[in-house]
Amino acid sequence: MNAKERDRRRFLKEGVALAGLAMGAIRSANGQAPGSEQPGIRPGKFRAYGERSRFETAVRMQKSPGSSSSFAPLQDQMGIITPSALFFVQSVYSSGDDPLDIDPQQHRLLIHGMVDRPLTFTMDELKRLPSVSRIHFIECEGNSRFSIRGKNDAGVAETAQEIHGISGCSAWTGVLVSLLLREAGVQKGASWLIAEGAETNKMVRSIPLEKAMDDVIVAYGQNGEALRPENGYPVRLVVPGWDGNINIKWLRRIKVVDQPYMTHQESATRPSLRLDGKARWFQWEMGPKSVITRPSGGQRLPSRGFYEITGLAWSAGGAIRRVEVSTDGGRTYKDAQLQEPVLRKAFTQFTFPWNWNGEETVLQSRCTDERGDVQPTLAELGKIWGVTPEYWQATTNHINHFNPIFPWKVTREGSVHNALF
Amino acid sequence: MRCFNLFVPVLALAACVAALAQTPTYNLGRTPSAEEIRAWDLVIGPEGKELPPGSGSAKEGAKIYEQKCPQCHGPTGAETGPGLFHRPLVGGKGTLNTLRPVLTIGSFWPFATTIWSFINRTMPPGEEGSLSADEVYALTAFLLYRNGIIQESDVMDAKSLPMIQMPNRNGFVPPKLEDIPDLRKRGCRGGACP
Repeated sequence: MNAKERDRRRFLKEGVALAGLAMGAIRSANGQAPGSEQPGIRPGKFRAYGERSRFETAVRMQKSPGSSSSFAPLQDQMGIITPSALFFVQSVYSSGDDPLDIDPQQHRLLIHGMVDRPLTFTMDELKRLPSVSRIHFIECEGNSRFSIRGKNDAGVAETAQEIHGISGCSAWTGVLVSLLLREAGVQKGASWLIAEGAETNKMVRSIPLEKAMDDVIVAYGQNGEALRPENGYPVRLVVPGWDGNINIKWLRRIKVVDQPYMTHQESATRPSLRLDGKARWFQWEMGPKSVITRPSGGQRLPSRGFYEITGLAWSAGGAIRRVEVSTDGGRTYKDAQLQEPVLRKAFTQFTFPWNWNGEETVLQSRCTDERGDVQPTLAELGKIWGVTPEYWQATTNHINHFNPIFPWKVTREGSVHNALF
Repeated sequence: MRCFNLFVPVLALAACVAALAQTPTYNLGRTPSAEEIRAWDLVIGPEGKELPPGSGSAKEGAKIYEQKCPQCHGPTGAETGPGLFHRPLVGGKGTLNTLRPVLTIGSFWPFATTIWSFINRTMPPGEEGSLSADEVYALTAFLLYRNGIIQESDVMDAKSLPMIQMPNRNGFVPPKLEDIPDLRKRGCRGGACP
């Protein structure tokens, strides 16, 4: 057994352990065995920085042993806000120094290039500027591809976390890029910017000026407090609705330019190949996607009877207008209830009452955004790509922007499984 | 001012950009020195405007490659396998329209400047930024040569590198860089582009 195989097996084992946790979660109404090792903390004892109850066990899942990248436990998320401590982490160029330990007093944001006034901001200066707080999702462009059997190099993905957990939604606080660029004075002919992080390899991505001026945020806050180090402390870019990869963390530089810079990410790794061998450049917008998070893969329904089906829906196209749920494998759909708030380019929670009769069935959801774009079936997505669904299983091509309707199969025993293929 | 919608016509967009060139409102931040900007301005665009002085050939690059690169990229850059980087740097021609595409510098990368930029900023891991400009030009030349794009004796510098026509330059949609931002015109919908 080589090292890779060992890693894979370890991953699978951990996956099973996580599935066990998830199982406990849906059974929490029946009383779950408490966590044990942590010392008891008496209620009422002062805690300068709060911790959750020792009975709560939702955690990020490491992408692979030794990796700093991780998936968020979407199946345990309550409402639309992903807690900072559970927000997914994908660091493309981590080389052992992640999370970065950046002193905010030393950190600078440089704005230069095709501007009248190049500017360097300290964190204190950024925080003096007019700010916004907005709720937006961030989703890795490769999210959900592990739903494809045989696609996950670490084994079969079963849970909402393993399949869809490279996404999250938070309240971001910071300064609009449009404000910063107005301060610097964008010159005629400028049409793009490049944004660069401060990590060892200085991740850099190109962004069209139209998008930057529309709604991009230079964010220093997440969910009411400073960003966590692994998510870009002290300051990052939030590019609402677009590929997670473009939301540069540890932001140190914005250069205004007149063309895309075709960085390594943009030229060598991100474009997705068509069947004719041509590559799609910059797709950016994450399409309408909905996921039932409860019940979801790896969980177990303890008995027949009532369950509230709940899930999350989001789209770069704006607000979610409608989510429909099917409890019969897509033969019929009924409208789910959208829970407030329903915000543009943010997670929207949906709920749907359901009585399980104990028979095998398939649960799935589809959403429609404010543009009228509907989450496609696997076959419909195949048509857009110009492929049959088998293609996704067979190819080693980089699969991104993968948002078909996701089915969960419920067995007679009450176990729930990924049933996409 | 919400004039920057993704799909505003080009003329309106130009007007918006012009309107931006105004006096600052908050007067925060300081003016960076030219040296501060130069020290960070190390991302090289397709035209190579940011390329520094220096030069190198594949012959010189082969020696540097041999010292610093085989540990991850194999003896010739064409190798993958246990312990090596999962994507080869060399080869892959004719694989892009197959189920197992091999994306290398030669088979896929559209601009030679990206090679220089990436090596300079990220290689070798743990010693990023340790290579001199000459060494980066030489390594770039070596990889171009290994991919059959230039001759072994060709010298790469700030002038010659941006002129290199990469084999897969026309392998992208949309082909023109200026057509990229208009997702609607490209026929993108619901997060997918044709």
